[in-house]
Amino acid sequence: MNKGFQLFPEQASTLAAQVDYLYFFLIAVSLFFSVLIFFLIYVFAVRYRRKSEQEVPEQIPGLLKLEILWSVIPFLLCMVVFVWGATLYFDTYSPPKDALEYYVVGKQWMWHIQHPTGQREINELHVPTGQPIKLTMATEDVIHSFYIPAFRVKRDVVPGRYTSMWFEATKPGEYHLFCAEYCGTKHSQMRGRVVVMEPADYQNWLSGGVANEPLEVIGEKKFRQLACHTCHVDKPDARGPSLVGVFGEPVRLQNGQTVTVDETYIRESILNPNAKIAAGYRPVMPTFKGQIDEVGLLQITAYIKSLTKE
Amino acid sequence: MSTAVFKPSKSQLADQSDGASNYLNAGFSAKSWLLTVDHKRIAILYLISITLFFFLGGLFAVLIRLELLTPQGDLMQAETYNKMFTMHGIVMIFFFLIPSIPAVLGNFLIPLMIGAKDLAFPRINLLSWYIYSVGGLFTFAAIVFGGVDTGWTFYTPYSSTYSNSNVILVAVGVFITGFSSILTGLNFIVTIHKMRAPGMTWFRLPLFVWAHYATSIIQVLGTPVVTAAIMLIGLERLFGFGIFDPKLGGDPLLFQHLFWFYSHPAVYIMILPGMGVISEVITCFAKKKVFGYSFIAFSSIAIAVLGFLVWGHHMFTSGQSVYTSLVFSILTFLVAVPSAIKVFNWTATLYKGAVSYDAPMLYALGFIGLFTIGGLTGIFLGTLAVDVHVHDTYFVVAHFHYIMVGGAIMAYMAGLHFWWPKITGRLYPEGWARFSALVIFIGFHLTFFPQFIVGYLGMPRRYHVYPEEFQILNVLSTAGATILGVGYLIPLIYFTWSLKSGPKASANPWGAKGLEWEKASSPPSQYNFEKTPVVTEEAYDYEPTIWLK
Repeated sequence: MNKGFQLFPEQASTLAAQVDYLYFFLIAVSLFFSVLIFFLIYVFAVRYRRKSEQEVPEQIPGLLKLEILWSVIPFLLCMVVFVWGATLYFDTYSPPKDALEYYVVGKQWMWHIQHPTGQREINELHVPTGQPIKLTMATEDVIHSFYIPAFRVKRDVVPGRYTSMWFEATKPGEYHLFCAEYCGTKHSQMRGRVVVMEPADYQNWLSGGVANEPLEVIGEKKFRQLACHTCHVDKPDARGPSLVGVFGEPVRLQNGQTVTVDETYIRESILNPNAKIAAGYRPVMPTFKGQIDEVGLLQITAYIKSLTKE
Repeated sequence: MSTAVFKPSKSQLADQSDGASNYLNAGFSAKSWLLTVDHKRIAILYLISITLFFFLGGLFAVLIRLELLTPQGDLMQAETYNKMFTMHGIVMIFFFLIPSIPAVLGNFLIPLMIGAKDLAFPRINLLSWYIYSVGGLFTFAAIVFGGVDTGWTFYTPYSSTYSNSNVILVAVGVFITGFSSILTGLNFIVTIHKMRAPGMTWFRLPLFVWAHYATSIIQVLGTPVVTAAIMLIGLERLFGFGIFDPKLGGDPLLFQHLFWFYSHPAVYIMILPGMGVISEVITCFAKKKVFGYSFIAFSSIAIAVLGFLVWGHHMFTSGQSVYTSLVFSILTFLVAVPSAIKVFNWTATLYKGAVSYDAPMLYALGFIGLFTIGGLTGIFLGTLAVDVHVHDTYFVVAHFHYIMVGGAIMAYMAGLHFWWPKITGRLYPEGWARFSALVIFIGFHLTFFPQFIVGYLGMPRRYHVYPEEFQILNVLSTAGATILGVGYLIPLIYFTWSLKSGPKASANPWGAKGLEWEKASSPPSQYNFEKTPVVTEEAYDYEPTIWLK
């Protein structure tokens, strides 16, 4: 995927152009101040060149008005840039409701990606245009960082927790996918490509691949394989709490606190079940640490998410 | 103005330095150097050690740039490459940049500038150098026994669990060296508080001293935190303490917080002393009182204080909370303001001056230009949405090299040239010095400017192999590094040459203000001054003042 010599990266997501506008504004401000400083230094240096060894110029200790001027103007400009940058950043943390959820697992030195429809890819990510896509990400080992320059998005993938990001691709084509956080020997080979397709082509691609089961179906199999269903049944007298319709909802804990059921809570409850026990249940669940990897955890999470009340 | 105290004629002092006893001829044995408690001799010991580390770190840089000449990994293995950039960072930051201006120029000049015989704790000063050297030896041993590959940032859990290199040896080296930095800072703070000559009030201090005071605060308050963080990595590696690795119940982001709590202020340890140098050089070569003395002085303190509150801007993509990032972003913008104030004041100092272009001034003007670009690109990185794109790319690499090489090293070179006659009693060849300043300036831009472009294109840092479309910009960068390398070798040669063959320097060859120029010979006598100087005027008082309305 050699794109040839470039000076500016492609814009292939809804965010890209917005980040670039801010970037151009910053370049304009920087150019203004650099040119101003360089120009003044040049002018003073030439104009006030020392003419003789004995020359001693008039002494000027300072001027309060100027000090205030060149403190306040940079400060105000900085605040404009801060608000602009923060607003955009805030958006990148708030995926639209209709975002399709993909799952990413990083490990030394590859990216493993699962589509909601069950397709799995290594170091490749196929996505349709015009569709917000949310990535929920985990890592098997060290910190990695999922980076698509053409989309202007990047998020670290941190062991022990889930991180997420979202984007909406706008332009069909192939783009770089990099690991941006140094992760060991083959860090620079932990990269791949993002293939953006028109929605129709994406549907073709989905159906053309190996017939896959949707993610939640794989998750349900794993759920049964690990015998989760023997306790977590949707009945009042079950040994474990029902999982139907719990995702995204608050749950009361034994210690009186309340948590919202999200990916992180599910992950923790599988690996370290006694950390936060739901009120009314005994701490009888064994840990599944060592029996399930990050990919499996994400599959079970997808299954639990799919359990909605009729 | 008591000219009798302040302005001994040049010839008088030149006579003094001819054959008179000074700190250099006070003893010639190895013992007289290795057990010296004279701050000036200790400064020379540091000068020699950090120069060795500078060229060692430079060698790593050359190898990195050679590997990146082509997109494939054809010069060395990925593992070796990772060790190269790690060792380049560790050597340059902990063993060159952090001690550079404070331990060499600060050590030599602070007592001279404030009219003292020595630092407050001369033996602790010598101890600092020994601690630094022991730390350096551990790090050097780690290099010899195979190196380390964690990046100078030691991010966990890679460093604490996964890396198979000499993490412990290097950690011990950095751990030990930290104490050297703490002790130097402590020594400076006490010296500046307690040892000022009669009449040397706080607002008569040269700005170089203010800058070092601010730096010392950071060294004393910040260094213990990174020392503790590095010790915790060692404990986790050796005994499996679960502090950073989530598999053991730890939190990897905790390490990033602890590390950057020191390592961001550490950037100011590197740049603040440089700003101090620039204030001295600009005033001398413009023959002008500095514009806005108190604004420059207090901006140093503001940078030191605010610098402690911005560490989270290294973690905008790390998964820390959105609101945390917002707070760190706004604080980062605040720290930009005092830096801007300094640049404007230096520029204004030139206004209506009598400007001459000796080598120190060329380096200082180069500093202002490069620091301006480095500082402005820092604004890009403090801007949340832009940082998400350029974080961990070559844009960041270019930015901090503009600050550290374009800023800190340019300032160090300016200072070294400026005070070389004072330190050695010899003049360096001016023509060669101007030439090398130009070579460094050109080489620098060619090396690092293309990295802004390749960074915005998306090339991640610490990449051993990279996509082909980035090659042209990398070739430019490598070409620039070659020129830059030559630029640094030229001063090494003419400085060494000048030690024996340079013309003798008078006490004040630049006609500068300040006790070190006006009251001490070149090189200074063993106890700096014949008798304790009495200060009766403000810093940089070149002539009677005209107050602007």
